Amino acid sequence: MKARNFRYIRPSSLEEACRILADGGGDAVPLAGGQSLLAGLNMRLSAPKLLVDIGDLKELTGQTHHDGVVRLGALTRHAELLGSELIQKHVPLLTRAAAHIGHVAIRNRGTLGGSLAYADPAAELPACAVALGATLMLRSVVGEREVRAEDFFTGLFETELKPSELIVAVKFPAIQPGTAVGLAELSRRQGDFALVGLAAVASLQRDRIGTARLAYFGCVDRAKLAPAVSAAVRGLSMPLPDTSAFAQAIRQDLAPEDTAGLRADTKLHMATVLTRRVFNSLSQRATP
Amino acid sequence: MTDLLGEDELAIEATLNGKPLKRRVKARQHLADFLREELQLTGTHLGCEYGICGACTVMIDGRVARGCLTLAAQISGKSVDTIEGLTESGKLARLQREFIARNAAQCGFCSSGMLLTAYELVRSGRSISRAEIRDFISGNMCRCTGYHAIVDAVEAVIAKNAEKGG
Amino acid sequence: MLRRVDESPNVDFGERSLVSEKASSSTGVGARIPRRELKRLLSGHGRYIDDIALPRMLHACFVRSPHPHAKIASVDVAAARGAPGVAVVFTAADINPKCEPFVGVALHRPGHRSAPQRLLAEERAVWQGQPVAVVVAESRAEAEDATELVAIEWKPLPAVGDQLQAIAPGAPVIHAELGDNIAFDFSLEKGAPATAFADADIVIEEELRFERQMAMTLETRGLIADFNPAEGSLTVIHAHQSPFQMQEVFSRHLKIPEHKIRVIAPDIGGGFGMKLNLYADEIATVVASMLLGRPVKFCADRLESFVSDSQARDHRIKCRIALNKTGEITAMEMDDISAVGAYGMPLRFNVAEGMMAITLAGAPYKFENYKGRTRSVYVNKNLIGMYRGVGMPLACVATELLTDLAAEKLGLDTVEFKRRNYWPKASLPCVTPGGQKLQNVSFHECLEKLVRLMDYDALRKEQAQLRARGVYRGIGIATFCEQTAYGPPYYGPSGASISTQDGCTLRLEPSGAVRCITSLTDQGQGTLTSVAQIVADSVGVSIEQVSVAGGDSAISPYGGGAWASRGTAIGGEAALRAGLMLKQNILALASAVTQTPADALSIADGEVINTRSGQAVISLADVGRIGYFRQDTLPADFDVQLSVSASFVANDKMYYMANGVQGSYVEVDCETGFTTMLGQWAVDDCGRVINPLLVDEQVRGGIVQGIGAALFEECIFSDDANLLNGTMADYLVPMAAEMPDIVLDHVETPEPSTRLGAKGIGEGGLIGAMGSVWVAVNDALKPLGAKVRHQPFTPERILDALARRE
Repeated sequence: MKARNFRYIRPSSLEEACRILADGGGDAVPLAGGQSLLAGLNMRLSAPKLLVDIGDLKELTGQTHHDGVVRLGALTRHAELLGSELIQKHVPLLTRAAAHIGHVAIRNRGTLGGSLAYADPAAELPACAVALGATLMLRSVVGEREVRAEDFFTGLFETELKPSELIVAVKFPAIQPGTAVGLAELSRRQGDFALVGLAAVASLQRDRIGTARLAYFGCVDRAKLAPAVSAAVRGLSMPLPDTSAFAQAIRQDLAPEDTAGLRADTKLHMATVLTRRVFNSLSQRATP
Repeated sequence: MTDLLGEDELAIEATLNGKPLKRRVKARQHLADFLREELQLTGTHLGCEYGICGACTVMIDGRVARGCLTLAAQISGKSVDTIEGLTESGKLARLQREFIARNAAQCGFCSSGMLLTAYELVRSGRSISRAEIRDFISGNMCRCTGYHAIVDAVEAVIAKNAEKGG
Repeated sequence: MLRRVDESPNVDFGERSLVSEKASSSTGVGARIPRRELKRLLSGHGRYIDDIALPRMLHACFVRSPHPHAKIASVDVAAARGAPGVAVVFTAADINPKCEPFVGVALHRPGHRSAPQRLLAEERAVWQGQPVAVVVAESRAEAEDATELVAIEWKPLPAVGDQLQAIAPGAPVIHAELGDNIAFDFSLEKGAPATAFADADIVIEEELRFERQMAMTLETRGLIADFNPAEGSLTVIHAHQSPFQMQEVFSRHLKIPEHKIRVIAPDIGGGFGMKLNLYADEIATVVASMLLGRPVKFCADRLESFVSDSQARDHRIKCRIALNKTGEITAMEMDDISAVGAYGMPLRFNVAEGMMAITLAGAPYKFENYKGRTRSVYVNKNLIGMYRGVGMPLACVATELLTDLAAEKLGLDTVEFKRRNYWPKASLPCVTPGGQKLQNVSFHECLEKLVRLMDYDALRKEQAQLRARGVYRGIGIATFCEQTAYGPPYYGPSGASISTQDGCTLRLEPSGAVRCITSLTDQGQGTLTSVAQIVADSVGVSIEQVSVAGGDSAISPYGGGAWASRGTAIGGEAALRAGLMLKQNILALASAVTQTPADALSIADGEVINTRSGQAVISLADVGRIGYFRQDTLPADFDVQLSVSASFVANDKMYYMANGVQGSYVEVDCETGFTTMLGQWAVDDCGRVINPLLVDEQVRGGIVQGIGAALFEECIFSDDANLLNGTMADYLVPMAAEMPDIVLDHVETPEPSTRLGAKGIGEGGLIGAMGSVWVAVNDALKPLGAKVRHQPFTPERILDALARRE
């Protein structure tokens, strides 16, 4: 379908962008990679009056690593998560996740900030941000603030973003010795949205799990920590022989719903299987 | 207030297939439609208009992108390459030869997007497996060939490029 | 010796040696030549329907029913009419009176019923997506904007979406005048099946379910209708597989004299049978052009294709097989019930899926007793139409699943069971209990070739080793025979004006090249390339000297176009005849010019040669020059005929029977329900192979559609018939990463009744793969006692099967 009519503006600074978004209210939306927004507009799912193109704003770019923190600009493209040596080395979970995001054409344009703002519950990056304990840096005409990823995703496609607020950058803890990261998902075809997925960050002593931060995607309404499963796996040795240690905990943390072609109980079963597989792969990947 | 901000038609300046482009574009028009309807470059096709099928794949600043998920307005200041330009410049010649030799196309509707995606892959110079080739092109739907011949063609180009030293 | 074109039936076709065992050149019959259009298409120079614009052309966009079943209380187009760029908004009152209603019934099938279908819904919509009004505007975007302004007051009615629901007592009757929802109820019986089942040592019974699927061509449907009011003539550029069919339909239903209609097929981005059917929205577009006196384009977008393209495969089949303990099949039974949508499909009758399912079931196997029943049922869904393989994949699945289970029951390897139970060569020709005429088929040869090709024994060993380690792999073998290239007995008695002939005109150009104009069409399969090879060989020139144009109802002989795997077999035969006729006429002229007897002459490499001396005596270019410009140098009574036409049809042949067998190797992850395709092999017998490269690639493409059908594709509906997954993200067409490499081989059993000897190949890939994947997945699950019988085999269905295991 062809998108409905709208106006377009390309501000030359972040400050100008924030001002335009504030003036426009709910009728003005930011356009970054456009991979989600424009698909929705082409299907006439929404009707914004003004698109504010922030895709070339320098203030939203950049990758730095300083004092154990990796700061990525909101316009970091998914392709960069795959290709950047800095990210591969210091935030490898993002590199692992990026391989699952869509396809090369989508990854060349889609952005980190866009994925977090859109908050698709089947997307990888919101879950990674939560599992990693990332912090989002937000900006509007009112000022700047920081929100922890685990507080950012509030509901189905809903986030803490105030109207006219933009994600400027995301800060990730750089991976430390003794930590292992894992991500796996079940999807029907390469690049499809996950039916069930899990992003995991765990401290390991030899083969024993210490603390774990887990965030499921695909079978949830939003990215959030899975505290019951994290508690259930603490102290366990890998490889896990079965799922009995955490099967119950999964039911506490996940309350999926039936969707067309996939029932809630199937999602729970898949999540349980996936959890064991992700943990059993961690021990091979802990940094020394 | 929003009614006064921005434009529903605006001027853009870009590089298209290596040549300067200066046009007025409608804000609402996506890049694929702009190429097809305003410039009569109909080699870029529409299969779904929401980014899944890959028929609309073009190159923006040297990387593949969906023409339907890019506004014409967004390309201002950027360079765009289409199947027509990449054919004229000869950049796709090896791939086209190998595709044709193996009948790695039938109806041809996916081929523009498939060739551009394959081009991004072979240009990287990396040696990769058949499974990786399949992964790389898995965002380009083909309903005719079943993909086997396409994988053969891409594999052949990668091998020949490696022989010739790139 | 001198022949006029209209005496062509007397032309001597004695040259059977034309089609020799090896390719006569590297470019003729038997050569591996890529589809010749590819150079153009792969450089971005295709001319598909949406690439074409005519002066003063407008764009149509349809308002469609969002409800599967609803009364239309009111339609208000005032706001839409005034929207920017809108030329007109038409409703049923404007469009419908211009078109004779369609009644999609086959006259030779007693009891086949359909309510008449008008182009736009009038008082009621009976499927979600049915067109109700049409906006015609300067651009598609403006037309879409205006459709949002059309205000329709809907009163939803109870909808019935499922065939069992639709025939249950008390079900809402969709078309009151029919009394119930049954479109067609047909049974056949051969021998004494009831007795055979009662007496059998082994009976295996299964219930199979097939969800609705779609052809999902990458290019959606489209046409440009151009009615010229000054002439009362109609030109339609139509992404359609059969321009002559549509020429006849437009003439009969829109009351335009047929000779004033021209239908031209442009480059088409895939058909697979879907672009063969009749569509209300397409014909309404033609009416719009008639009313406006201007060209009108309609190209469906992907979202509307989900609710308007014809669909396929919505069946429930109960089937069973009876055997004696010595391992012979004694009977089979099929009971099919199919949900065909809200109307019968005109011309391309949607009872065909069910009919083929029950008449082809069991066909490769020797047995005598059979009972089959098919019911086609109306539901509040989009219409079922033709899609690659039609009912033959269903027959293959049922037959091969049952025989595989039978082999297991008997403790026999499934390949051994097939060896013993296929029709032996000695009993051919025969008629199967389902009514199939079998001759010139090669079940055993194909099976043996497949077994070697896939190294079957090694795979079984590997399967056993891995099973011991808890890895579940499956092997599935599926045999099929398929009707290809239907002849007049198929559609003739049905009343459908579908021609099963094809023809071509060949013209020697003054340059000595040959121009061919064929009634065939090509949506990617490469038929026109095969025709060029045949023309090149039969005349005696290289393929570079042959051009082929097709798909234009004004310029070629009458013909059927592309469907039912017929192009090369039928149109190729016509091209062969025309080539021989042209050669004869060229030699006659050469004889007159060179004073050499015609029977001492032949043509090779573009020159007329003396067969005794081997010397060239005159070039084709000189023949052309003299024949067109220097007739004054010819004898006064010499009749120059350097342009010939020939058609071909086999008046009494229902079909050419082709056959094949395929093997799948899969692994099922029993924890997640995911199936991985590890490999696919196919051996096909499509008679003489004109172009092995094109044949191979047709098989590969069909195979991936078959895998898609078995594992991935379905239209998911709510209980009240709302389509829930109408996007490319949710309807899972196979992409490259999940598909296996596909290894192929062939057997050639030529069709004896034609010179060419070719049968059809377009559908076999899908037919066999659907069967082999069904059997393979179930084979993987055998040790666990789990059975999947519901296509597609989604992970959930496999997990549920494992949970249910005995």
